[in-house]
Amino acid sequence: MSRAGEFILRRRGGKGWHWTDLFTWFWLVAGFILMFGPAIWLVNSSFKTPAALAEFPPSILPYVTAEASVEGYENPLPLYEVVLEDGTTAILAEVRRIGVVAQMVDPASPAEIVRVNIQDRTPVRTVSFDTENYVQPFLQFDFVRYLGNSVFVTVMATIITLLSNSMAAFALSKYQFRGRGFVMFLIIATLMVPLSVIMVPLYSVITAMGLYNSLWGVILPTVATPTGVFMLRQYMLTIPDELIDAARMDKASEWQIYWRIILPLTAPALAVLAIFSVVWRWNDFLWPLIVLSRRELYTLQIALNTYAGETNVQWHFLLAMTVVTMIPVVLVFIFLQRFITTGIAGAGIK
Amino acid sequence: LAETVKEAASRGVLKTAGALLVAPVAIVARLLDAPLAALQRLGGTGGMAAFFLLPNMAVFGIFVLFPLIVNIAYSMTGGTALFLADRSFVGAAQYERLFDCSNYLDSQTCAEDLFWTAVWNTAGFVVVQVVLMVAVALVTALVLNREIRARSFWRAVFFFPVLLSPVVVGLIWRWILQRQGLANLGLYELGLTPINWLVERGWAFTFAVGVSIWAHVGFYALILLAGLQAIPKDLYEAAEMDGTKPARMFWRITLPLLAPNLLVVVVLVLIRAVQIFDEVYVLTGGGPGTATLYLTQYIYEIGFASQLRNPGLASAASILMGLVLIVFTLLQLGIARRNEARNKR
Repeated sequence: MSRAGEFILRRRGGKGWHWTDLFTWFWLVAGFILMFGPAIWLVNSSFKTPAALAEFPPSILPYVTAEASVEGYENPLPLYEVVLEDGTTAILAEVRRIGVVAQMVDPASPAEIVRVNIQDRTPVRTVSFDTENYVQPFLQFDFVRYLGNSVFVTVMATIITLLSNSMAAFALSKYQFRGRGFVMFLIIATLMVPLSVIMVPLYSVITAMGLYNSLWGVILPTVATPTGVFMLRQYMLTIPDELIDAARMDKASEWQIYWRIILPLTAPALAVLAIFSVVWRWNDFLWPLIVLSRRELYTLQIALNTYAGETNVQWHFLLAMTVVTMIPVVLVFIFLQRFITTGIAGAGIK
Repeated sequence: LAETVKEAASRGVLKTAGALLVAPVAIVARLLDAPLAALQRLGGTGGMAAFFLLPNMAVFGIFVLFPLIVNIAYSMTGGTALFLADRSFVGAAQYERLFDCSNYLDSQTCAEDLFWTAVWNTAGFVVVQVVLMVAVALVTALVLNREIRARSFWRAVFFFPVLLSPVVVGLIWRWILQRQGLANLGLYELGLTPINWLVERGWAFTFAVGVSIWAHVGFYALILLAGLQAIPKDLYEAAEMDGTKPARMFWRITLPLLAPNLLVVVVLVLIRAVQIFDEVYVLTGGGPGTATLYLTQYIYEIGFASQLRNPGLASAASILMGLVLIVFTLLQLGIARRNEARNKR
């Protein structure tokens, strides 16, 4: 067996092969293809021209028909591989096509026109990543505006979430007061109330506050995350009270204790909550769908859904916009994934 | 080396983001020093506790508790007016309409046939999806718990779709399942006739279930993996010394000790399956016809989108769904409490 094969098939115990080893391999490889494959197919497709996208069977890689500029012709001419009458093949450029006969020229000697039956030729195609799909939405659609709305919602909601949740967690972990148990109960209770259960009256509340068709209407209802309060409180409980007592001796105000002592010490937990919050808010769909009805306020998710719902879906733009929407989350996945996985494994938050 | 670079990069990303956030916060915080010290002199230390709670509690109160209470009143009103004060009281009429059925199993015989279509669709979805999701998550966790090379890499592989937005998930799969998509390319290569996947009822349901599993299985596998890794290794070593077969070890050691985590996962999957909306809505739009119309979409359409807008009816339906969810959530909290008690022993 080749060395590569040996390396791949080697297993740790060295006790020979068990069916579970084979199964593990199968599961991991199948998982790899299934989990990454669809996203890679999306990215790959987003570089195809509209013509290539409409093709069936679809090519695996993005291709375009090769063209060549020929002396005596203004526009570049498409190239074809042609089987000539004597059985040899040549690369010719098409001048025009009449019925089943194409008039073609050899780019090397443009004077002589060859008549070819279109069945005797195949287009010359080269792999090419077409970036037009990415450029056009920025120019044609309000894509930059949707992107800006999404960034605004995500950043604002995350900042407010971190502030309000850490303040609440501070109060619930470092102060003794009557009704603390009741407040904790309220927070647990809200864990039970998903958006779909309160969306009808919440919509009337938002409208009454004048927040319908406003990005703040998207942001505000999301910022009091119970999971965030819990996670931060859990973390703050581990900060020794002596620190706070010492600061009080030095005449620090409670507000100073909060932002000069507690916040810096809670930074690791705040970072985890920030990462979660960014992913949550970037991906939000149902609530923005209800609150935002004016196009210029759409977030990326809502814009994508709207474009996907049109009768004539412009897949070439849609695919590229979907890829752009995916980018921040993929960055989080590559660089910050371990914070999320430890967060989930440790506290079961999502 | 790659790990070190990634480590440094991830730390760099966090630091830069942190610094960008911290600077303005510090400035604002310092500006607030004097006024809040004055507030503390007025209200005392206890007053400051209330102050710290205020923002979060205000948001909870206005955007969660208040709508929750209003929802009960809302479901007893009729008409299309938005604000509760403008709506006419109709008592239990909305609930009566929802339950007006001569045969609950056949939604065609119901006054509100879409509601019962959604109810039975959701029930079917929940049963199939929960069973498959837990099974796939369990197998994935077991595989990841074996002595494999680069475990964190493989764990990340299964976790990847969890971070994607439901819209992106729906569009990725719509693109694969469209008439000229990748799935049909596979059939074509095998010499089979292409299928219009999202236009055939059976296939649309299959992919509604499949795509929701694809998108979330990594999350549950992670919880189960944490549970598996908490099982003491010496139990297996002792069993091995006694000559116990691996299959027996699985049934006698792994499964019983994983049971608490498994139960948590089942309930979590259940709660989320009942509310399924986003990715299926983008994938199929509830179609073909009403084949993948689920409860949340029904509430959304009756409450906001449909020509036959009826907020009271949507509100009543949402309360019924809420009741189901409360039962499951209490179950979850009960299990969590029992697990905690067991861990303490």
